[in-house]
Amino acid sequence: MAELSLRNVSKRFGAVEVIRDLSLDIPSGEFAVFLGPSGCGKSTLLRMIAGLEAVGSGEIHLGGARIDTMAPGDRGIAMVFQHYALYPHMTVRENMAFGLRNIGTPPAEIERKIADAAEMLEIGELLARKPTQLSGGQRQRVAIGRAIVKQPRAFLFDEPLSNLDAALRSRTRIELARLHQRVSSTMIFVTHDQVEAMTMATRIVVMNQGRIEQVGTPMEIYQRPRTRFVAGFIGAPAMNFLPVTGVTGRGGMAVARLPDGSEVATEVPIGAVKAGATLTLGVRAEHVLPGNGAAAKVDVIERLGERTLVYANLSDGSAVVYDEPGDVQLSVGESVALTIDGAAAHLFGPDGLALHG
Amino acid sequence: MVRLRISSGRTGSHYMAERAASGIGLSRLSNGLFVAPYMLLVFGLLFAPLVLGIWLAFQDYDMLGGWAGGVGLENFENLLDDKIFRGTVRNTIKFVLMTTPAFVALGLFLALALNNSLRRSAILRAIFFGSSVLSVTIVTLIWRLVYLPDRGLLADILSLVSLPSVDLITSQTWALPAIAIVTVWWIIGLPMTLFLAGLQQIPPELYEAAALDNASRWRTLTSITLPSIRRTIIVVAVIEVILQFQLFGQALLITGGGPDNTTRPMVQFIYEAGFRDLQLGFAAAASQVLFALMLIAALAQMWAGRRREG
Repeated sequence: MAELSLRNVSKRFGAVEVIRDLSLDIPSGEFAVFLGPSGCGKSTLLRMIAGLEAVGSGEIHLGGARIDTMAPGDRGIAMVFQHYALYPHMTVRENMAFGLRNIGTPPAEIERKIADAAEMLEIGELLARKPTQLSGGQRQRVAIGRAIVKQPRAFLFDEPLSNLDAALRSRTRIELARLHQRVSSTMIFVTHDQVEAMTMATRIVVMNQGRIEQVGTPMEIYQRPRTRFVAGFIGAPAMNFLPVTGVTGRGGMAVARLPDGSEVATEVPIGAVKAGATLTLGVRAEHVLPGNGAAAKVDVIERLGERTLVYANLSDGSAVVYDEPGDVQLSVGESVALTIDGAAAHLFGPDGLALHG
Repeated sequence: MVRLRISSGRTGSHYMAERAASGIGLSRLSNGLFVAPYMLLVFGLLFAPLVLGIWLAFQDYDMLGGWAGGVGLENFENLLDDKIFRGTVRNTIKFVLMTTPAFVALGLFLALALNNSLRRSAILRAIFFGSSVLSVTIVTLIWRLVYLPDRGLLADILSLVSLPSVDLITSQTWALPAIAIVTVWWIIGLPMTLFLAGLQQIPPELYEAAALDNASRWRTLTSITLPSIRRTIIVVAVIEVILQFQLFGQALLITGGGPDNTTRPMVQFIYEAGFRDLQLGFAAAASQVLFALMLIAALAQMWAGRRREG
């Protein structure tokens, strides 16, 4: 059964429609990540769930109860803000106790809950400090602690890692994933960082322009993107997109011809291809194989250490990136031969939708 | 108050040391020239008069008779014996006690009520601040019309609710509060604006967190808003104490210090001693008393504010 359920939710700010008739079900205990570029509506959606933004139309249900008509504090949710929003004049202990005191929790119980959360997050020695005396990472933990003590049905995270440095960010990702295993509450996490989404999510909701592009597990999203937008947004480097000049059938599958004349035998059924439609071939860098095939010229080489990205131009000028493990003995301007692994290639129609069997 | 912390980093002091070593001593002098105009003004118009005033307070200096030598504490002893001066100290302190809390409370109330982006609030903010730009002459003129017995606005309002007309200005009890009301009406804009600036510094996320923490409106005010603008409250209180100790124009123009000296403020006493009676030494001594009172009151408030913070 769905724990969190959004039904035909929309929202507009003046003339701008930021959420368009959006419906979504998130099962209990999931770690759902709303992923999308800036301005796609993911933060607005989170704030509507929290009650910090009114719902334009539609309904939001949590644990079977309709919550979009409730006050934020009554919804059974806790939120970790991007800038943490700790109360600056209160100590860490008071920050964590504030919400519990407001609902009349007995002091002994408040103490116990704070002690439990402090132990889990290893912030016991910080309880008497004020937020200004904490580092960014410590503030982050306190903000999470303030959410945990409330024992909410759902945790909401609004880009909470964006203020941390790279090392701390990757450590916090692991800790959040661990936290999710321990508290087993539903968690909703908003980010524009695909690495955060891929590493922490049990389910990714890719959003674009106020709409959901695709919902799925990280590997589903990565391997079977439903739209060209999802294909291009997920994965680094971004997926290669090449125009298709013609399609023929071979063994029931579509064979795409590229502008340089080379052919790619895909595993997309030819029946899915509409005659005369303008198609785009999408293929990730790891599925472009060097060695033989179409001629290309090396344009840029990016050495990342464990692998190297090579940006090359095909004979017609279209750009392709591929990767090789470790280092490569190549220099800019050199010629390489590339083969596209058709089995892993995608075809996108003129409407941006992927063609599947 | 605003505290500036200027830290000279290692690179800064290193740089200075290098410059000193290379023997460019002249540049220090030319650096000084840049601040010279400002320092001249500060010394000429602030520091020198302050020192001169303190010196004058211990002299027998009459504008007609000229300087007749030092008199030690005699001016201060005369002040202590002066019933009218003691009355002005009482009046001034009473006035400060009436107006400062009103400025803080009312200024905060207006700021809280008008701290939003509604057009209505923008207009009201302008109106409340607008009266501050009027000169004291205009303000007292307006309020003399309000306080006019039988025909004034106050009398009209009282007669509407079938109450007898009162003459506040000639009442020994009400004349000073009447001046306090004029003063609050006149310059409520400044504390309101300072509080608005303070309120706008509070991150909106704090209120969102409080909403998710089930905080009631009252709890949000007492636990989030007020602690967040505590420094602004201290600033407003200190500024108003310093300003209101200097009460002069309104009292002079509305009551002239009467009835029976019940509204005569210290500055009026100083003005009269110095420029009517021409006893500069005596007036300077009274000024030092006022200065000391203001300093004590302002320091006490800052100290109280700091203590609560600690």
